[in-house]
Amino acid sequence: MQFEDQISGILRRHEGRKGALLPILNDVQAALGHVPATAVPLIAEALNLSRAEVHGVVTFYHDLKPAPADLPVVKLCRAEACQARGVEALAPVFEADERIQVETVYCLGLCASGPSAMVGDRVFARLDEAGAKKLIGEVAA
Amino acid sequence: MRVFVPGDAAACAVGADAVAAAVGEGVVRNGSRGMFELEPLLEIETDAGRIGFARVTPDDVPAILAEREAHPKCVGPVEELPFLKRQTRLTFARCGITDPQSIEEYRAHGGLKGLERAIALGPEATVEEVFQSGLRGRGGAGFPAGIKWRTAAGAVADQKYIVCNADEGDSGTFADRMVMEGDPFMLIEGMAIAALAVGATRGYIYIRSEYPHAIRAMERAVETARINGLLGRLLHSEHHFDMEVRVGAGAYVCGEETSLLESLEGKRGEVRAKPPLPAIEGLFGKPTIINNVLTLAAVPYVLAEGAKAYADYGMGRSRGTMPIQLAGNVRNGGLFETAFGITLGELVNEIGGGTLSGRPVRAVQVGGPLGAYFPPSEFHLPFDYETFAAADGLIGHAGITVFDDSVDMAKMARFAMQFCAAESCGKCTPCRIGSVRGMEALDRVLAGEAVAANLVLVEELCETMKFGSLCALGGFTPYPVMSALKHFPEDFARAREVETMS
Repeated sequence: MQFEDQISGILRRHEGRKGALLPILNDVQAALGHVPATAVPLIAEALNLSRAEVHGVVTFYHDLKPAPADLPVVKLCRAEACQARGVEALAPVFEADERIQVETVYCLGLCASGPSAMVGDRVFARLDEAGAKKLIGEVAA
Repeated sequence: MRVFVPGDAAACAVGADAVAAAVGEGVVRNGSRGMFELEPLLEIETDAGRIGFARVTPDDVPAILAEREAHPKCVGPVEELPFLKRQTRLTFARCGITDPQSIEEYRAHGGLKGLERAIALGPEATVEEVFQSGLRGRGGAGFPAGIKWRTAAGAVADQKYIVCNADEGDSGTFADRMVMEGDPFMLIEGMAIAALAVGATRGYIYIRSEYPHAIRAMERAVETARINGLLGRLLHSEHHFDMEVRVGAGAYVCGEETSLLESLEGKRGEVRAKPPLPAIEGLFGKPTIINNVLTLAAVPYVLAEGAKAYADYGMGRSRGTMPIQLAGNVRNGGLFETAFGITLGELVNEIGGGTLSGRPVRAVQVGGPLGAYFPPSEFHLPFDYETFAAADGLIGHAGITVFDDSVDMAKMARFAMQFCAAESCGKCTPCRIGSVRGMEALDRVLAGEAVAANLVLVEELCETMKFGSLCALGGFTPYPVMSALKHFPEDFARAREVETMS
């Protein structure tokens, strides 16, 4: 499907919805893996917003990326509860692996089972070095 | 024979999906009981109640189903486990017991009684019931829900909204997630009661994107509720209410109520100055009740059993129960719902069982990333909004994160500033700039550079952030920083030695 068609398909799905910008942007991010700058004017026009307003929203939220990830992304929780359970000692295992890209998230709500990570919609907890390596292997495969 | 394997994210994160697949057809994906050390906790229904099996792998399943109580992973009757038995579960009464997606089971276990009573009572009496219960906002601020509801009920407008704040971003908390995954109809019922009480017809539940399981569970439950008359015309009464699920995009600050409203409107999640209060001018400029998941989830009980039944629990001005979350380096981590008044020490040592690492407890952070750190010498503090405020801390969303003696509190203070800098919405200067300067000053402290002067700077920054920030992100970041300085000066003094040596 053409990029423009994908965007207009998403826009149609949210037609008439109040406060639709964030749901639209989340859908674009999910469909394309990022929110390309070229999508901004299309979305702005459909919602009767300025490009600056849409750009401002895109750049505000951590989930909305300006470019697609080059490698599979592992979101590693590095908030306090996972720190208390040793994520800082484990993080280098993820960071050193060139097959994946590590992103920091603050809290996956698995705070009694950390260290924890998320890949797509899947969550992983009680990670130790062996678990981390297994996870990386799966993700990179 | 019914077999239960939780569909809760914390169970799935340690392999519950594969265990459920091994059980096969007919397995019930219940919510979690909140004993995360035991997950995946498989349960089998027997004549003598439900028997649990801890840390089950798919390979264990055939033997468990055959051997039952004789299997080495059997932990006996689940309800008899001390961690569960000591609790007073009002909000979490059904969580882990029922099939969370079955509205029939919800009803069979006492669900919808609250809404039925609210319909019978009418809006005004429903607001009064919530007011009389003493229920306070469970998101962190502890503002009386009844007053918020009265304000919204009194506002005159062509449209009012109910917004559920499910942007549970605090580290050390997972109770909202457990409600959404483990008992979603209770939350929908709570929102419906709020809608009826103040005359709102539309609702939104704003869930953080880091919770894909909760998002799916709520979307399914809302659909089921609509089909079964829990939404739309509320239980076939004259009251109308419908709601939709909205998903965040990874901004912690959107857990702040006005920032969340901005985000729902499709804007940057920047905090609004108050007044106007959301109850008067909230979502799309209309009167809006915005409450946390746990607040709205407590409402069905309050209505079903009456304000007094709820208010009979608790201490002082903290009425009812609090779903407390034991997290971090703790042996028995999980969800512990109990009446206010239990001490921090009971929670951490008796119920939590101390640290998972087996080393001494050095610090606990109460109330998420914006909460204070307390040493064991403060463990006599009873869990109560006012007591914690008087001790320069807060209850927040009731997450307790335990650290052992390997923690470096100067680093934790620095992390608090780093977190604030990463998540600041940027609208007000104390938070936006103060957090970055605070991080830099603490970096210098950690490096042993002009420690005394930099700590003075940190204190001054904290003062400015506390009193000058628009919301709790900048306003409360000083709590972890200053409490670390106050209770653990030696961790900052260690850096001073570096200074003396150089």
